[in-house]
Amino acid sequence: MTPADRDAFRSGVRIGIPFAAAGLVLSLSFGVLAREAGFGIVAPMLMSLLVWAGSAQFSALAVLTAGGTPLAAIAAATLMNSRFLPMGAALAPSLPGGPVKRFFQGQTVVDASWAVAARPDGTFDRWVLFGTSLPQFFAWQIGTLIGLLAGDAIGDLDRWGLDAVYPAFFAAILIPELRSRSKIGVAVAGGLIALALVPVAPPGVPVLAAALAALWGLRRTDA
Amino acid sequence: MTYFWITLGALIVSTALIKGAGPVLLGGRELPARFNGVISLMAPALLTALVVTSTFADGDHWEVGAMTIGVLVAAIAAWRGTSALWTVAIAVILTAALRLAGMP
Repeated sequence: MTPADRDAFRSGVRIGIPFAAAGLVLSLSFGVLAREAGFGIVAPMLMSLLVWAGSAQFSALAVLTAGGTPLAAIAAATLMNSRFLPMGAALAPSLPGGPVKRFFQGQTVVDASWAVAARPDGTFDRWVLFGTSLPQFFAWQIGTLIGLLAGDAIGDLDRWGLDAVYPAFFAAILIPELRSRSKIGVAVAGGLIALALVPVAPPGVPVLAAALAALWGLRRTDA
Repeated sequence: MTYFWITLGALIVSTALIKGAGPVLLGGRELPARFNGVISLMAPALLTALVVTSTFADGDHWEVGAMTIGVLVAAIAAWRGTSALWTVAIAVILTAALRLAGMP
């Protein structure tokens, strides 16, 4: 680790702190919801530690809480995580070392840190990535634990408006990304597909089906 | 509960594989453009679906209330350049205030 790497890491940590604060509240609501749904303390805590992917955790929890099957929960959460495929692919050339080392470096990617570490020329500053992810990881664990343990004391999440954290956080990640017409079009189409299916499809399926809107990408590259 | 453990086990493996796939397999290689085109649109499609199903629906039926307004106002703020943290804060505070005022 060179002095420049250390500076990059430190600046990453600083940039990561606001995201960590938002993540703390989000993971807290995950903890409370998991506890309320009757999944205990150990299993949801392990999910935050070992899966550590907000949208995947929430979608899996939502499907299971609504009475869906594990297969539906796994499919919804895995599709939610599918964005890490292109993120990892873009990051790959910026990671040194053999396949095993690259595999573990790839595990540090979350949305905010990936976006922050991206340079205009398409390469990534991996120390900024690691730095930005670090506070987010710890905040995610602390928030989950507080939510799981203090769930009853916190009481009705809805009264505090905490059910708004999850959609607002993802709106905050999504909206700055809507810079092209095709992305806006696909976002609108995905939203409409999901809403249209809510009253008629089993839990998890509306969000899964919204992924079909991304097939627009096939057409775009034909040109 | 068994369902949760099954889901957890599968997600630990699938998330690690998904996050590791690019760095391990594609070190220095380019993805086919068509594949990339679809995958880059996956996040907008899925995130929007997540946001609207949590904001405009409750389980298997459409439903709007205080949270709908809170998230909509926060989304407008995000569109105008508000940071993620403030976007979330606006949504939470507005939703809580509207519920305090009696809106469901």
